[in-house]
Amino acid sequence: MNWRITPASSSSIKLLSLPLIELRQSRYFYFSLENLLVVCVRGKRMVSGLINENPTVYERKERRVRTDSTNTDEFSVEPIDQLEIFDILFFDFAIVNIHHIRDIRDPEHPYSLEQLKVLTEDSVEVDDHKSYVRVTFTPTVEHCSMATIIGLSVRVKLMRSLPPRYKIDIRVAPGSHATEAALNKQLNDKERVAAALENPNLVEMVDECLSPSFE
Amino acid sequence: MAALNNLTEHLEAFVDVTRSPTHHAESLRAIATSLEKSVLSINQLVVEMDMYLTTTDDVVRARGRILLLAEMLDYLKPKPLDNAVVNSLVGFFTAKLAEWRSVRGALTGCLALIKRKGVAGLVTAVDAEAVAKSMAQSVQVQSLALYDRKLCFELLECLLEQYPEAMINLGDLMVYATCEAIDGEKDPPCLMVAFHVVELLARLFPSPSGPVASEASDLFEFISCYFPLHYTHTKGDETSIPREDLSRGLSVDSLKCLKDCAVNYGVSRMKKHYEGIWSAIKDALYASTGTDLSFGLESLTSPGFEMGEIHREAVNLLQRLVKQDISFLGLVADDIRVKMIFDTISRYSRYEEMLDTSKLEVLVVSQILSVSARASVESCNTIFETFFVRLMNTLGIVEKTSSGDLVHNENSTVSTRLYHGGLHLCIELLTASKDLIPSSEEDSSTPESAQQSWCSIVNRFSVSLIEAFTSAVQSSNDDCSADAYLGVKGLLAMGMFRGGSSPVSRSEFEKILTTLTSIITANSAKTVKWELALKALVCMGSFIDQYHESEKAMSYMGIVVENLVSLVRSSHCSLPHPMILEATSEVCSTRPTYVEKMVQGFEEAFCSSFSDFCVNGNFKSIENCSQLLECVTNKLLPRLTEIDGLEKSLVHFAISMWNQIESSVVFSYDFNGREFVEAAMKTMRQIVGVASVDSQNSIIQKAYNVISSSTLPAMESIPLTFAALEGLQRDLSTRDELILSLFASAVIGASPMASFADVKSLIKLFMVSSLKGYISAAQALGSMVNKLGTGLEEACDTIFHESSASGNNTSSVDSSKSIGGSETLLAKICLGFYGSLDLQTRAITGLAWIGKGLLMRGDKRVNEIAHVLVECLKSTNSSGNALHPSALKHAADAFLTLMSDSEVCLNRKFHAVIRPLYKQRFFSITVPILESLIVNSQTPLSRTMLHVALAHVISNVPVTVILDNTKKLLPVILEGLSVLSVDSEHKETLFSLLLVLSGTLTDIKGQQSVSDNAHRIIECLVKLTSYPHLMVVRETAIQCLATLLELPHRRIYPFRREVLQAVTKALDDPKRRVREEAIKCRQAWTSISSRSTPF
Repeated sequence: MNWRITPASSSSIKLLSLPLIELRQSRYFYFSLENLLVVCVRGKRMVSGLINENPTVYERKERRVRTDSTNTDEFSVEPIDQLEIFDILFFDFAIVNIHHIRDIRDPEHPYSLEQLKVLTEDSVEVDDHKSYVRVTFTPTVEHCSMATIIGLSVRVKLMRSLPPRYKIDIRVAPGSHATEAALNKQLNDKERVAAALENPNLVEMVDECLSPSFE
Repeated sequence: MAALNNLTEHLEAFVDVTRSPTHHAESLRAIATSLEKSVLSINQLVVEMDMYLTTTDDVVRARGRILLLAEMLDYLKPKPLDNAVVNSLVGFFTAKLAEWRSVRGALTGCLALIKRKGVAGLVTAVDAEAVAKSMAQSVQVQSLALYDRKLCFELLECLLEQYPEAMINLGDLMVYATCEAIDGEKDPPCLMVAFHVVELLARLFPSPSGPVASEASDLFEFISCYFPLHYTHTKGDETSIPREDLSRGLSVDSLKCLKDCAVNYGVSRMKKHYEGIWSAIKDALYASTGTDLSFGLESLTSPGFEMGEIHREAVNLLQRLVKQDISFLGLVADDIRVKMIFDTISRYSRYEEMLDTSKLEVLVVSQILSVSARASVESCNTIFETFFVRLMNTLGIVEKTSSGDLVHNENSTVSTRLYHGGLHLCIELLTASKDLIPSSEEDSSTPESAQQSWCSIVNRFSVSLIEAFTSAVQSSNDDCSADAYLGVKGLLAMGMFRGGSSPVSRSEFEKILTTLTSIITANSAKTVKWELALKALVCMGSFIDQYHESEKAMSYMGIVVENLVSLVRSSHCSLPHPMILEATSEVCSTRPTYVEKMVQGFEEAFCSSFSDFCVNGNFKSIENCSQLLECVTNKLLPRLTEIDGLEKSLVHFAISMWNQIESSVVFSYDFNGREFVEAAMKTMRQIVGVASVDSQNSIIQKAYNVISSSTLPAMESIPLTFAALEGLQRDLSTRDELILSLFASAVIGASPMASFADVKSLIKLFMVSSLKGYISAAQALGSMVNKLGTGLEEACDTIFHESSASGNNTSSVDSSKSIGGSETLLAKICLGFYGSLDLQTRAITGLAWIGKGLLMRGDKRVNEIAHVLVECLKSTNSSGNALHPSALKHAADAFLTLMSDSEVCLNRKFHAVIRPLYKQRFFSITVPILESLIVNSQTPLSRTMLHVALAHVISNVPVTVILDNTKKLLPVILEGLSVLSVDSEHKETLFSLLLVLSGTLTDIKGQQSVSDNAHRIIECLVKLTSYPHLMVVRETAIQCLATLLELPHRRIYPFRREVLQAVTKALDDPKRRVREEAIKCRQAWTSISSRSTPF
């Protein structure tokens, strides 16, 4: 069931604050995730929407640049590596700007998953020969209810982008979440993932997470 | 009067408020266009609008009458109007300002009229005054809607900007009206205009007893309530300004403003603020300076660190203040941070060792001091007296006594201490001071004494300074560039003092040059030091040229140029030859006289090396020769336009090349590889290409003489008969080969105006040599038939007729009828009637180049050639003999030669005659023939080769031609792609054809036929996603598949499964770029499939 929160009546707008505020006040976002209901109102600090009010923001790590771009050998093989997986997750289809993730943080400060260190390059392990990839992510707070959707999105993204031979393992970093074991089980259980993705609302949400952002 | 009928309709539409805004805009545009085209006059429009103007319905009247007219005027701003019309319209709108219902129309109208610029139909000052008056009296700005308020402010702004005199007449009224208008305004965009209005008003009434002054308290009250501005940071809004930009902008503005204050308020009123300003400048400089001092090549002539806008403004302000009042310098000199600098400097010897804070300290203080020194001669004197001497002491640099000797410390060799920070400061000061030397014209007018002080200080230290810098350079090792950089930069600074009153004497200047030159000659590898020294020398060279320093030019010539040129000439020196060449060419291109000297040196070097090779067989010498030629082509030729007189020297050089070859009759040794010949050909081609026609003629004449004296003319006597040609082998001597290639290059580079002595024998010579397998001869043939004027007929006769006339005696009777047809000997050789395979393939290649020459000038004979080439593509010739596969391949490649642009010959650089659209013409001739042959092809090989030929034609023609014929071409292209994908040999051709296909996919013109052929295109592309031989093919195929999603959904949906399968496979491609494309493509194709399968 979805329920709606009406925004608080607009207080008098400070001079020179640009009209965008008015616009934002009229947007609501509601997502349902299995049995969990998250309601966020965009642009407003609603208590129900803010899971972590003051996230620690980290300096964005300098992106490692590929040096072998001039590789001209037509027949050499470039194996799938850590950076490539990271780029899949961050480069074109930016989970970077998942609206939801951002909105449950302080909406005035749109940090990306990377800046919040939810995902880092080092958290990706990959072995091209064994066709195995493991992504470990770290929710910002122990009871983050968005952890499931983040994990699911990462899994779907990798399923779409990696060859079918790959086995994908998504994990929450040890000790970073209250229901760590349950979460890991849920994210790596084929049946449950398949079932989750039969829920049209959920699929829509995941797709929105993964849609390219134009900001 | 159809226009008038339409007009009523449009008016009806505009006035009707129930219609949509787009409707309104449309009718408005229609009326405006007819007005613009003068189908309709304004007066007519007013008459026609009669009904709407007098109606009692307020809404209709407001819209019809006024808004329409006003919007119309807005459209017609660029159209000249009659003064009377403008006058009456202004009157009309002014009157209507009083009526609140029509105020928007009236405002728009006034604004449109007042904004008019140009000669015809301007609003007069009197009218403008009336507008302002009416507005002030009858418009209650704050009671209007937002858009109307904005219009009001804009109108005020325009009035104040364009009619200041009229507004001054209004005086109080204007100010009062503005106050009233602004009071209570809340919308930011309106306020921005409003603030500007206030600013304009203040500028208009500057007097302290004027209307603005009397209303000042009110105005202040209205405006001050908006401050402090609330800056709310919003994300994702394009119009918003980030906080950093805002603060930067404010800093820059305030610095600019302070500078204006300094200019306008004068010294006495500024004086009491000096301390505040000084600390502000200091803060700005410290905040805006980074600590990264670059020791790179590019910063030798620049400050070496990045300068932001704030920094630049702060520097300007400081300079302004010092220039205006020397006493400001007292603040600078007394500043504790400035005083501390000497301690900081002497604490560290290397820049890298410094803490960031110390680095900052050094950089900022040297900025401050150098900027102050640059401000005026007096300030420079002060700075040098106060700081420079002290700096010298810190660095341990001693001055010379009046007798010219140095005052030695106890141990003079180690007394100088090379603190990097100190050197940097010293260099900055020297660089700053050198700009203060007046140029030679005004030299006499300035009193000598004014500049003597700092000059004499520099003079006293100059010897030691140069020594210090020299020792810095010399002590530097490869891993530390800072020493070398500072040393060279210091020497450069010392060497750049202008004119006779320079503090650096001529002998000292020469010492600098010697030092730098010795750095260049002493290094045997290309180190940073070497490059720095070279750049410094180039800088000094161009500086000398720029300021016409004749004395210094002589020193430069004697020390630098002659030294380097003599190194080029001498064959034994430690420095690698390419480095000498680079240094010489860089240094010498600073002045025409040096260039002349250098080319002379090059000539001598070429001649001596060449003869050394010929006589002694020294392969090192011939290598030097090729490097020298490469230097000429790569370094000198591109700068032809910049350097005066270079052309003449180069032509001379080319002729001496010929002379040298002529005189070296005996080549005792064979060439080691083709490098030298290639380099010589390139140089010759390009020199001829850039030379004037006269020079071209003299080079060709010279070359012709050399040819005649060689054994080559014997070839001319070889009859162009099968029997004679069959016996040919590549049996030219090395020398003849060189002469032939060079001559061919000269011919390739020549312009159509150049004259050739004996066309017929030349053609024959080239014919024979091209059949011997010299491609350059074939290219020369192509160039000749392309450029010859009157000689063309004769040339073609020689190429085609004669060959058959003297050829096979069985079928030569009627050959005169066909020009280049299959009856000529050349054609028969091509078709394999006689001769070896080698001869056949060479003939085909030769024919292709001749064909290209003819094709580009638009000669009909190319059709015959195309015909012969097409015949070669069939698997059997007319007598039923099978053609060799290699011949087929050469024939297919001939189409590439014909259609592609060549770098080597027949292009604009080498004066080719190029008819427009020649490619299109060839395309329309050959494509139908090739298509029909493909349908009827007998063997797979022939079919493949026909496809290759067609692909060459299609992929080289401009893409618009393809787009016009997509329907017809698409099936052939697709077939070609699948045929070519079989063999890896054709991968490049396949790729260019695929690019053509991708071009048609995205264009609107091809969309219909792409849509019709969707299934075949997808099938073909899917196959190419796994093409193993070329990565770009796979990548492009996947991109094309993604593009296809733009087609109608029903066309592509059926292929979804197939495409997804192929793309999924591509996710495992060995190449990363392909995988990346596959991910994007898969994502895109997944999104069209049903929701139930998310992956």
